[in-house]
Amino acid sequence: MKEQFTPKIVGFLCNWCSYAGADLAGSAKLEILPSLTVIRVMCSSRIDSNLVLTTLLLGADGILIAGCHPGDCHYEKGNYYARRRFALLRKVVETLKIDPERLQLSWVSASEGKRYAEVVNQFTDKIRKLGPNPIQTNPYL
Amino acid sequence: MDKVLKINESVEKSIINLLKFLLESKKINGVFTLRKLYDNDSVGYSLITDVSELDNAVPFYPLMTANAGKILSHFTQKKPIKKPIAAVLRPCELRAFVELVKREQGSLENFLFISSSCGGVFPIKTVEPDKYISNYWDTVKNADISADIRPTCKACEYFTPYNADITVSLIGEKKLDKECRIFLNTDKANKIVKGFTGEMLEEKLESSEISSLLDKRKTEKKKLFDEIHIEDLGLEGMVEVFGKCIGCHVCSRVCPICYCILCDFESATYDYSQYDYEKELHKKGGLRLPPDTIFFQIGRLTHMSFSCVGCGMCTDVCPVDIPVAAIFQKTGEETRQLFDYLPGKDVEEKIPVMIFKEEEFTELGE
Ligand code: SF4
Ligand code: SF4
Ligand code: FES
Repeated sequence: MKEQFTPKIVGFLCNWCSYAGADLAGSAKLEILPSLTVIRVMCSSRIDSNLVLTTLLLGADGILIAGCHPGDCHYEKGNYYARRRFALLRKVVETLKIDPERLQLSWVSASEGKRYAEVVNQFTDKIRKLGPNPIQTNPYL
Repeated sequence: MDKVLKINESVEKSIINLLKFLLESKKINGVFTLRKLYDNDSVGYSLITDVSELDNAVPFYPLMTANAGKILSHFTQKKPIKKPIAAVLRPCELRAFVELVKREQGSLENFLFISSSCGGVFPIKTVEPDKYISNYWDTVKNADISADIRPTCKACEYFTPYNADITVSLIGEKKLDKECRIFLNTDKANKIVKGFTGEMLEEKLESSEISSLLDKRKTEKKKLFDEIHIEDLGLEGMVEVFGKCIGCHVCSRVCPICYCILCDFESATYDYSQYDYEKELHKKGGLRLPPDTIFFQIGRLTHMSFSCVGCGMCTDVCPVDIPVAAIFQKTGEETRQLFDYLPGKDVEEKIPVMIFKEEEFTELGE
């Protein structure tokens, strides 16, 4: 059987909710596909679009930004700003027709270990269908 | 109806006389305007305090040697000007200034803004622009698009100013060699022109000429966007369009909106180490140098496209003729729509990344 492609996904997880959620999923020994490289950030609002873009252009197959549910950000409003900026980034990438599907924003709370596993597995499936990021083989960037 | 002062002289003469009157009567202390600089016809922005210097002023000369918004921000960045100055600038320059003021990069205080309905400007690279000038003014009179102006000017829909104290009517003014109509939009404008000779009227700036020019510009805009076929650019297309980019970053240096003193892309943050080069080469077997051309542009588009005023400075200065402004205008149109935002319209309106609404974009966050 042909070996299935395991995408390389970079996940920016906010410290207070999604990272804790990931922890919970781990300690509950839930099954999570080994596709995600986690970068812990203090809040989803920390993520400047350049961080996401450079990750994408260096060849990540997918990028997941995860933070606390709206209203639950530990800095009160951070994730509302993050959501707006994500919308903006998506729009730019969409306008230029550069795979907006490779970017995802998700809300995962500290108690949602199960949800965390689902989000990662579903996103991985989606990226699998998209295939490897074509940027990886383009020497002219 | 708006208050209009009708002056029986050519537009240029009327405005120069008005500026002289304002300076002489000490209602203002200086003038910021385009001026002939040497005998060789070069034109540039100047600050003028000496009345006789105004004889060299060419307030509506169709050339934008720098976006005036950027210049005005430079000298009001630390604190507002103390004494009143009249600034003559184009609608997109005034909008750029307002965008910078929103970013605390300048102050509108003590300015008297004089703008106009605008026929566009020539590319800076135009050799001997004087050759094209009479044809230019004919197109302005007829509310047509001059073949010699910047591609982005041809496609500009915002050619009547926001936030001007005084709007000089140019588009469709058949008799602009003999008379001049200036619209007094603010109390400040109404007060300051008291004592200057002219006939007071009540009129509207909007006219069939202005609407017909708007239609023509919209058609041109579509053409411009079709030419760069942004709809099907994709990664390959971007790589191709920016293939000849030499990485000089001049497009961002001249952009009034890109105000950051140390741009993220100029900093060491994204510099490649030897390890990075090796890693990339290992993956791809080849690497374009300098790298990150696309990153620079997509990053900028994300940071500021919603504030792009479409002035066209970037395309104008690009040494390898990449249609930077068209790409920024098109992307800007999309990002502006997302936030229902028009850059430079209202100084009180916050830039989109500084605010949010709790109930928006709920479809995001899967
Ligand atoms: S001005 Fe032109 S060549 Fe220079 S960085 Fe911008 S796009 Fe590239
Ligand atoms: S991106 Fe280009 S057209 Fe837009 S404001 Fe900056 S210089 Fe002007
Ligand atoms: S702290 Fe989790 S999104 Fe702000």
